[in-house]
Amino acid sequence: MASTIAEKILARASGKKEVKAGEIVDANIDLAMSHDNTTLVSEIFKEMDKKNVWNSQRIVIVLDHRTPANTIKTAENHKLIREFVKKQNIKNLFDVGEGICHQVLPEKGFVHPGMLIVGTDSHTTTYGAFGAFATGIGATDMAAVWSTGKIWLKVPKTLGFDISGELSKYVMSKDVILYLIGKIGADGANYKACEFYGDTIENMSIDSRMCISNQAMEAGAKAAIIPPDKKILDYLKLRTKESFEMIHSDKDAEYEKTFDFDVTDTEPQVACPDKVDNVKPVSKVTGVKINQAVLGSCTNGRLEDFAIASDILKGKTISKNVRMIVVPASRSVYLEAIKGGYIEIFLKAGAIIVNPGCGPCLGLHQGVLADGECVISSTNRNFKGRMGASGAEIYLGSPATVAASAVKGEIKDPRDMIL
Amino acid sequence: MILKGKAIKYGNDINTDVIIPGRYLNFVKPEELALHTLENLDPDFFKTFTKGDVIVAGRNFGCGSSREQAAMCLKYAGVGAIVAKSFARIFYRNAINQGLPVIESSEAVDAIENKDELSIDFDKGLIKNVTKNLRFTMQPAPEFLQEIITAGGLVPWLHEKSHS
Repeated sequence: MASTIAEKILARASGKKEVKAGEIVDANIDLAMSHDNTTLVSEIFKEMDKKNVWNSQRIVIVLDHRTPANTIKTAENHKLIREFVKKQNIKNLFDVGEGICHQVLPEKGFVHPGMLIVGTDSHTTTYGAFGAFATGIGATDMAAVWSTGKIWLKVPKTLGFDISGELSKYVMSKDVILYLIGKIGADGANYKACEFYGDTIENMSIDSRMCISNQAMEAGAKAAIIPPDKKILDYLKLRTKESFEMIHSDKDAEYEKTFDFDVTDTEPQVACPDKVDNVKPVSKVTGVKINQAVLGSCTNGRLEDFAIASDILKGKTISKNVRMIVVPASRSVYLEAIKGGYIEIFLKAGAIIVNPGCGPCLGLHQGVLADGECVISSTNRNFKGRMGASGAEIYLGSPATVAASAVKGEIKDPRDMIL
Repeated sequence: MILKGKAIKYGNDINTDVIIPGRYLNFVKPEELALHTLENLDPDFFKTFTKGDVIVAGRNFGCGSSREQAAMCLKYAGVGAIVAKSFARIFYRNAINQGLPVIESSEAVDAIENKDELSIDFDKGLIKNVTKNLRFTMQPAPEFLQEIITAGGLVPWLHEKSHS
């Protein structure tokens, strides 16, 4: 029978010839990722009967959410994680400063097409950009994965998104995915696997694809898969020696629904407070005054994002009413951004560069908002109180929209900055 | 098991950031977390809440982050169950793993108003709106999920399994 990528990966992982949407499988995990919340996972793991984790090579831990430690409590938690990792002989700990889990894992070659990956972070869907089935789970589920190497999963139905056409200058993959979330809603893909394909996706860089797979979680996606191609092979050639299988959907595989979207005339999109599906074209929100602009995160803190933002900021000055915070997604992105001259452009324009990590996205440090303040951010969530005070307003946009808005001091269509 | 409590009703897309803001995630002790339950959505939550009360909500309850602390704080605050039109998938798993009953029923949600007295009979699979004298049937969850909830969560369920 014909199957989707999601069905094929879950069949392989559960040792079956084939599985169908709706079936519950007991699947073997290829990779288990956790971050600062490893403290909670390890506390729950201690309550389970196993002394040692099932496979220390298959566990990757990245400290990224509150890095460097922002409070004594965080410092104590990080310390506990380092001790736990040592005791369990987990070699793959990426400590403070290495970057955000969703950037670090692909960069270090852990993510391959066809894998079943779980992470204690909802945006684990990011790895779908490499043709993996990757999904977020909670701490207790992860503790059980550490114990047994397995998890129960319901095989999801798949939604197909056929994206075609060429994006205009300064219109980015972020705009495409925000537009789609606006159309299908915050639960439009709940419990579903999404598959993104079509010539627009094929022509996209890996950075752009990762943004799609990451942000798709805000429609509830269980997995957000992009069929792997030569770009993925080239990326992985430099990063891993392990073998893997490039899994694709069969031609007559069953999709619950398919969507066709021509991006040719798409304008930049903005998710308005305080739901990610409250999406409007930038022209409807132009002129909203901002106090802060954030460029970074697991959604849009990559080299391509920095290249476009610096193209807009080159030779310009950020509005005196705006604090612009730039957060590279990883140490490697930071280094490349220095080499590319982007960091110098940001600094000269008046931006603040903070260390690689989750930065201000979680509302804990590095740019917390006060009541009544307004931010335009390239991050993925605009929930009430997400980035600080519950009376702060969060608008989400592409790196280009963030950069253009930072210069003007108000939300601005980046296409107006084309010389 | 029969649960009795009053309904506390909210809308659609109640997200994990308003259930428990990120700044409290460092608290590993559930009792400490529970003090901040729903702080960003309903600062007066504890003024009218009595242990055993039921949260009744629209679609996509618990959307957003994978933080299990969202289910944990609700459970340790004493929320008896959550009845919603639908749940975000990670929250649904987390609630079950914490032993917090989660029930999907659009019909029941539409027929419940804030502060209605409810009685939920888990053995018979019935949600009763005592105030309005209405009854609704719950769709039973797969047997192994019911077992996990009855055991009080995934950890006690695994212990039961390994000792049986």
